[in-house]
Amino acid sequence: LANVIADFIMPCEAGWLFSVIYCLYLLLDVSISLPDCFSSWWSEVQMGPPDPILGVSEAYKRDTNPKKINLGVGAYRDDQGKPYVLSCVRKAEAQIAAKKLDKEYLAIGGLGDFTKACAKLALGDDNEVIKSGRNITVQTISGTGSLRIGANFLSRFHTEARDVYLPKPSWGNHTPIFRDAGMQLKAYTYYDPKTCGFDFQGALNDISKIPEKSVIMLHACAHNPTGVDPRPEQWKEIADLVKKRNLLVFFDMAYQGFASGDIDRDAWAVRYFIEQGHNIVLSQSFAKNMGLYGERVGGFTVVCKDAEEAKRVESQLKILIRPIYSNPPMNGARIAATILNTPDLYKEWLGEVHGMANRIITMRELLVANLKKEGSTRNWKHVIDQIGMFCFTGLKPEQVERLTKEFSVYMTKDGRISMAGVTSGNVGYLAQGIHAVTK
Amino acid sequence: MPASRHFCQKVPQATPVAVFKLSNDFKEDPNPMKVNLGVGAYRTDEGQPWVLPVVKKVEKLIVADNRLNHEYLPILGLPEFRSSASKIALGEDSPAIQESRVGAVQCLGGTGALKMGAEFLRRWYNGNDNMKTPVYVSAPTWENHNSVFANAGFKDVRPYKYWDAEKRGLDLDGFLGDLETAPKHSIFVLHACAHNPTGTDPTHVEWMQVAEVMKRRKLFVFFDSAYQGFASGCLDKDAWAVRNFVTQGFEMFCAQSFSKNFGLYNERVGNLTIVARDADNVRRVLSQMEKIVRVTWSNPPSQGARLVAITLNRAELFAEWKDNVKTMADRVLLMRASLQAKLQALGTPGTWDHITQQIGMFSFTGLNPKQVEYMIKERSIYLMASGRINMCGLTTKNIDYVAKSIHETVVNVQ
Repeated sequence: LANVIADFIMPCEAGWLFSVIYCLYLLLDVSISLPDCFSSWWSEVQMGPPDPILGVSEAYKRDTNPKKINLGVGAYRDDQGKPYVLSCVRKAEAQIAAKKLDKEYLAIGGLGDFTKACAKLALGDDNEVIKSGRNITVQTISGTGSLRIGANFLSRFHTEARDVYLPKPSWGNHTPIFRDAGMQLKAYTYYDPKTCGFDFQGALNDISKIPEKSVIMLHACAHNPTGVDPRPEQWKEIADLVKKRNLLVFFDMAYQGFASGDIDRDAWAVRYFIEQGHNIVLSQSFAKNMGLYGERVGGFTVVCKDAEEAKRVESQLKILIRPIYSNPPMNGARIAATILNTPDLYKEWLGEVHGMANRIITMRELLVANLKKEGSTRNWKHVIDQIGMFCFTGLKPEQVERLTKEFSVYMTKDGRISMAGVTSGNVGYLAQGIHAVTK
Repeated sequence: MPASRHFCQKVPQATPVAVFKLSNDFKEDPNPMKVNLGVGAYRTDEGQPWVLPVVKKVEKLIVADNRLNHEYLPILGLPEFRSSASKIALGEDSPAIQESRVGAVQCLGGTGALKMGAEFLRRWYNGNDNMKTPVYVSAPTWENHNSVFANAGFKDVRPYKYWDAEKRGLDLDGFLGDLETAPKHSIFVLHACAHNPTGTDPTHVEWMQVAEVMKRRKLFVFFDSAYQGFASGCLDKDAWAVRNFVTQGFEMFCAQSFSKNFGLYNERVGNLTIVARDADNVRRVLSQMEKIVRVTWSNPPSQGARLVAITLNRAELFAEWKDNVKTMADRVLLMRASLQAKLQALGTPGTWDHITQQIGMFSFTGLNPKQVEYMIKERSIYLMASGRINMCGLTTKNIDYVAKSIHETVVNVQ
């Protein structure tokens, strides 16, 4: 080693001297990589706060109360409170296993069979956009990954406006995603806490003031966290106004099928906007409607002027994707594609989604009935009017805290509960708790 | 007129990623003699992809297990995967693991692990805005290294000398020289073994020299380990550099890929191993990693990680996996020896020892761009413009054709 130092590192007179000192250093077995005054590269790294949504599940797991209920994450549970693997998913998996496919890299944009079917599901089989090839749909890491790619794409290419307008409130993760991508976040009125419903006039007022070319985020159906969706006539007026304001529409559709139980009905707003000439961008997730949460299955679509523009956009999406994860995971996309492209599996899937949506609707009714039984005199109509997996109870943070501390009912601070976590077995206890903190 | 009509109008066509374009061109070539020496994926002697026997076995176990479902993994990934993956890199008996100063983040392949590490460094390394901190990648390197770090916000991604084209080996002086002159606290991306694309690794002594300079000059160690097991056929041997640096006391990142050594390319199985001063630092680092994960993919895909975790945590499966890895590595070594022998027998001008001296999936043949073009156009043998070939594309059936083609190219094209 002394020779190496003398010959290569310090080929000079001092080399030998240093090499001797270095060998002594090694002999004395001093093994500090950094001087003592610099104990770690990470000394200044702060402890990050737990994720507001996923952190709820982690707190729930730690709780030892046998009556605990997890109403945090939007993950569907059956009436026994268990995760539900769809039967069509199991069948698709068996079919796939029998094919003995290889594990070669997917293309950057993902599995073609999946992306085509994904677009058709959202836009409708016969949609003119698909027929003319003027959409580009890439496979993404579920809804989050789709939003992120979308945000990155807008940040890089939609340089005329930096602002993204989210409904107030919106999914908690929207803000950090867009911010991290370099966009600025603003909001438009959406939820009316007085009615626990849609503040239509308030929304129109705010939207009418949004500067041209800004991005407006719309939840396609089953708004998260409120469960409050515009009615079709209201969507029409919004579409009109958005066109007048010349805004870029970003639809987030994470619950297609879950809202009403009907795939086409839930995609109505998306399809209407496109019909009206909006060239939207769209994020889709298959986490909930196919129960493929951990497989991370999603799509990102840009509706372009024509096929040529779509090709250019596609090439740029690939440039964005490659330095993040190179190409997407196969397993979930393969399952989703099999279901979407196999007629009897597709039919079975529609039935199962309908079933999940129905169970949730039933739980909404049961919860309200139980609250009445407990003697609550508050108006709980919104619990039934709201749509999809979530219910914005109207509970205040202090009430939520009590519900968690005293009853081990876990939910997010904003008063949102996942109806999917409610069962005929726990709905009574839940009603007790809610009544106790609101009476 | 809708807003998006305006902005997409100006979106330019991007040039395709070279390695995928190459594969596309190969697919469209009608020549029955065509050979694809492009993409870095293992092929059997029949030129087919290979799903590892142990992977098939574990997949069956997973399908049969009704207790398993498709629920979200935690943000940082499957715990059993993370810890067993880190053990693979650092060794079962790693002092760092025993001292609880190792953390890990399950990521989408090696790319995802590099991405997470890069994003973290840009935010938290050496003060909290590292856009200007230089990131050094080897010259040459896997082309996506540049993009990963640039996209993570690093404005100054530079090459460090590595490959000596003339002597077809490591430019150690150049490498050490760049380490000496790099601004303090610069980040260096090191290939743990089986350097991509050159197949040229430093020797143990050379690694120690690198470590000495990095320690003295306070440079950050970021290992990219995409081929553990593939280089020599032995996991421990291939991890020597990583483990040595740990012994030397470095705090470091190691981006691991299980794409090649498990053949799980499309399941995107990767792990970012973090070695820190102590458990408290690990804890805080992981909490910030969660924030980055959450705005990128929320939580990682479960299938591949599950598969790897089951395999690594059961003795018979682990043994079978190591055997499968050795099978792949051995076939590569055989093709190297075979190609070199054939070129020597043909009397192809130049020296061809580098073919057997280089390690791992790739070989930097030394063919120049004109020669590469000739190989592609005239012989339908597809390789990267850099002269990089994937040894796995060679089989006992095509090796004669390839050897003769290289010979003809070298003789006719300068």
